[in-house]
Amino acid sequence: MALRLLLGCIAALLAMGVLAVAGARERRTSTVVYALALLATALALLLALGVLLAGAPALRLTLPIGVPWLGAHLRLDALSAFFLVVINLGGAMASLYGLGYGAHEEAPARVLPFFLAFLAGMNLVLLADDAFTFLFSWEFMSLASWALVMAHHRRSGNAGAGYLYLLMASFGTLALILAFGLLAGPAGGYEFAAMRAAEPSALMGTAVLALALLGAGSKAGIVPLHAWLPLAHPAAPSHVSALMSGVMTKVAVYGFVRLVFDLVGAPLWWWGAIVAFIGGVTAVLGVLHALMEHDLKRLLAYHTVENIGIIFIGLGLAAAFAANHMQAAAALALTAALFHVFNHSVFKSLLFFGAGAVLGATGERDMERLGGLIHRMPRTAFAFLVGSAAISALPPFNGFVSEWLTFQAILLSPALPQWLLKFLVPAIGAALALSAALAAACFVKAFGVTFLGRPRSDVARRAQETDRFSLGAMFVLAALCLVAGALPGYFIDALGPVAQALVGVHLPAQRGVDWLTIVPIARSRSSYNGLLVLLFVALSAFLAAEAIHRFASKRLRRAPAWDCGFPDASPMTQYTAGSFSQPIRRVFGSVLFRARERVHMAPPGAAQPSQLHVDLRDLLWETLYLPPARFVAALARFFNRAQFLTIRAYLTLVFGALVALLMVLAVWQ
Amino acid sequence: MQFVQMLLVLAAAPLLTGYVRKVKAHILRRQGPPLLQPYRDLLRLLKKDVVLAESASWFFRAAPYLVFAATWVAAALVPTFATGLIFSHAADVIAIVALLGSARFVLALAGLDVGTSFGGIGSSREMMIASLAEPAMLMVVFTLSLLAGSTQLSFIAAALQAPEVGLRVSLAMALVALIMVALAENARIPVDNPATHLELTMVHEAMILEYSGRHLALIELASQVKLVLYISIIACVFLPWGIAIAGAGVAAYLAGIALYAVKLAAAGLALGVFETAIAKMRVFRVSDFLGAALMLGLLATLLRFVSAQIG
Amino acid sequence: MDRLAFDVAHLCAGALVLVSFMLLYQDRLTGLINTFAVHALVVSVSVAWQAYIQQAPHLYITAAIALGIKALVIPLALHRIIRRLGIHRTIEPVVSIGQTMLAGIGLVALSVMVMLPVTAQAGTLAREDLAFALSVILLGLLMMISRRNAVSQVIGFMSIENGLILAATGAKGMPLVVEISVAFSILIALIVIGIFLFRIRERFETVDIHLLHEHRGEQP
Repeated sequence: MALRLLLGCIAALLAMGVLAVAGARERRTSTVVYALALLATALALLLALGVLLAGAPALRLTLPIGVPWLGAHLRLDALSAFFLVVINLGGAMASLYGLGYGAHEEAPARVLPFFLAFLAGMNLVLLADDAFTFLFSWEFMSLASWALVMAHHRRSGNAGAGYLYLLMASFGTLALILAFGLLAGPAGGYEFAAMRAAEPSALMGTAVLALALLGAGSKAGIVPLHAWLPLAHPAAPSHVSALMSGVMTKVAVYGFVRLVFDLVGAPLWWWGAIVAFIGGVTAVLGVLHALMEHDLKRLLAYHTVENIGIIFIGLGLAAAFAANHMQAAAALALTAALFHVFNHSVFKSLLFFGAGAVLGATGERDMERLGGLIHRMPRTAFAFLVGSAAISALPPFNGFVSEWLTFQAILLSPALPQWLLKFLVPAIGAALALSAALAAACFVKAFGVTFLGRPRSDVARRAQETDRFSLGAMFVLAALCLVAGALPGYFIDALGPVAQALVGVHLPAQRGVDWLTIVPIARSRSSYNGLLVLLFVALSAFLAAEAIHRFASKRLRRAPAWDCGFPDASPMTQYTAGSFSQPIRRVFGSVLFRARERVHMAPPGAAQPSQLHVDLRDLLWETLYLPPARFVAALARFFNRAQFLTIRAYLTLVFGALVALLMVLAVWQ
Repeated sequence: MQFVQMLLVLAAAPLLTGYVRKVKAHILRRQGPPLLQPYRDLLRLLKKDVVLAESASWFFRAAPYLVFAATWVAAALVPTFATGLIFSHAADVIAIVALLGSARFVLALAGLDVGTSFGGIGSSREMMIASLAEPAMLMVVFTLSLLAGSTQLSFIAAALQAPEVGLRVSLAMALVALIMVALAENARIPVDNPATHLELTMVHEAMILEYSGRHLALIELASQVKLVLYISIIACVFLPWGIAIAGAGVAAYLAGIALYAVKLAAAGLALGVFETAIAKMRVFRVSDFLGAALMLGLLATLLRFVSAQIG
Repeated sequence: MDRLAFDVAHLCAGALVLVSFMLLYQDRLTGLINTFAVHALVVSVSVAWQAYIQQAPHLYITAAIALGIKALVIPLALHRIIRRLGIHRTIEPVVSIGQTMLAGIGLVALSVMVMLPVTAQAGTLAREDLAFALSVILLGLLMMISRRNAVSQVIGFMSIENGLILAATGAKGMPLVVEISVAFSILIALIVIGIFLFRIRERFETVDIHLLHEHRGEQP
């Protein structure tokens, strides 16, 4: 029943999409559409949550549409239900945000229908139970999001971003088609049930893993397939950026998990090594790229890459544990990865909403022209601060809990017998710790340069607070960050059925543990109580404030900034994003990005300013993307000559083809 | 017992700072400020007005309380003279490191709040140092947890007291790495000079340049508590003798407190001698220094992973 | 007692690896020579302890030779050489120190990965002594290839020899004759290298190896 209702919600979204095309010209259409989308996604969220918490066996449905001899198989099991919760939460919040943001959308006809189609497509991917439905919904989702990326196609850079996105999406879908083809085998059993029953050989399993990494991984954004992400995600409107970064990447993770853990079945230990290694490299490279950026949305997009890396580290560890029959540890690693999926969608959406609010208020995405927004947009600043603290894995927020669980999984790894894993896992642990510390540095930069300090331009000086719907969406997500950080036990219990379905066991029930502590393995080993930490810190701060105000002094007066006695009225003397990241750029960037600084000093007495240039090169782009692009361009130029031949030349070509085919026919017999 | 520990840590922190200053002065053949001078400084600051820059926001005013609270809570969770603290199951070593990270996050943001260049210098350098010091600390934590089979500090302390641990290479490497990280995190020479008045050499002092009055008092107290915290971690893990088991009786507690005071004094003496003996490094040499600490921690963890006997 | 013997030996071997990393970290010549003196000191302590627990008195002489020659005479001689040559006090590494140390970690991992499965039959102490000794040898080689200064290459070469001594004393029974011959050969090598350094300095005013490359015979 729940499955039919979910399908009803999806159908409603699609229908609204069609209607929105018709009525897009009017002012109030966007409000109505977003409100209805909010209702539909909220309903889907509640349904999925109900199914997940009830722990019932999988629901199935077969519709007679689609491919004639196959139909459309749909299935709602624990894994789908969890990801449906994540996606519809993001969708609902984006719709709520859109209620306010959509009012100043300049091309609503290009955004509204595709927004709904995008939501519908994502939901459908999660429900698909056969290869055709899955691939169809996957492509539908990609095309809808491509249309959204191209919504403002006249802005510079957006067209190129859309083109690259389309290329990478097609490449990913091709990989997935091949993967499903391999799994279906010569018998052609395209239903997932048939694929689950079949036992693939080790070679085929490895091929499917590689194709899944290429296909699902490129949409998730693992290195080196991430290049489209920082270009495409910022190009879309802000609520769509939030959906793409926070939610669509999770659909890709779902695809990967479904293919590798569910359809292929028993993973091999070195698959885990490969996936975890890719995750580690992705995490570190993602955050280092983010540190070099000063475009707010692009910084957030690179951070998505980093967090996807963290999720893949957890998935790789889970595969390695499962291959060695250490089911409890596999459940821990898997729960850590999936909890991070939820957490990331929450705080990344929150951060993109904040960036969208800033963009709407000032028209600027470049941090170097912002500053001092905490005075003009205090509520947005507060929500963004909560999101920054959450993504930097600081207690008592939720980012810390999933990172803590991943560390606990790493600490269980010495029991793995394979030597390669024994050397790889500590290195991955170090990479994870490094990326967490760098993420904190990056968000000090992002929040500090954008919201704190003094305004660096007129638009920053005149910014206004955003509307209440956007603020509402941001505050709901911020509250969720705090709740998931303080009461993680409930979330871990909710993930129990998913872990049970994929690796056979689930973590010990957290509900009964006293004081709401979470104990993932055993009490003698480690435990964490987010609520107590939060209360402890809040109480200490409050006590300190009260004691000091009562017994010492409460007086305060304002004066110009001290600045060591040399106050400078110009806000240009404060640190910018580039100067803030300069120490880290020198330490890490001089090798990885060939970062070089060139200084042109104006001669003494001259009136023009000195200049500092920072050169950064993306070596992955230069070695992996540009050569094939140049090769294809050269090939195309070569074959382009065929456009300008004479009539006699075309006739010769036709004649040559005919003769060649006849020769083949002659030899074949 | 938990509350006694919290108050003890709070009371001992300024005394330790005064003691270190006295040691450094005596080595330089000076008298130095009195031992109780930090207490007097704090009281004086608490009574003064706060002079707030015109461009400072509510975050600037709230930050000292948050920094102090996070550091104090973290220090309260480290067993100093007795194990079995009530809240020790709420947060393990990883959470303690992350709480200190929260405090640093808030302080670095506060440095950027007023919009001066000095705050920016402090914040950016602090985050660079933290980006290497925090992973190094986590590697040390991993080594200790792999040896003790737990990430709870009380269990680690108990496990390392057991005789079958012995002298291990990974423990030695972890100790060296931990000392290097402790020097960096507490803004001590060779990473940062806590007594400098030259802005270009500042890291921690530059972040808090605009603070005054009770805010400055809280931040100073927080950094003193942080020093006590790191010394307590080193003492609890590597010099665990004398830590009373929970419920052992008042005599055991008093002995524990006395031994803890001895450990603090010894550490203060070592710190004072070390700070006087070497010079501060260039800022970009600090990354090599902390990179070495990270490598040592990684090596120690690797040795633990590879074999139970080796390392 | 047996436990203590094991622990101290194992700690000395690990300390030697630690000091090898410290050798990689140094960027000034005087610091490098002093660290090498510590390296030789740790080797002599380790050999002396092995002499104690294996009850092999001839190893005491080995330890004394390591202490006397490598921890005292050679560092003092090197200090005099660099003062006479007046060569530049900092050592330019080929790649940055951070990357060199990262490569060092990889080498330690490699030597552990090679040694532990191969020596599965031997006793634990011998196994790890061999693993650590191989690490010290590889780290010494890394030092030789990642520094541009001739004196640092000499020191790298001598730290390789210390690693060999650690390996040899870990397994029981190393005769004294071998040690004396090895020690003398080291001394002679040092004298030869010292003479070379003087000649190089006279001709080219520097001992930077990189600059010497241009004067090799094959290139016109």
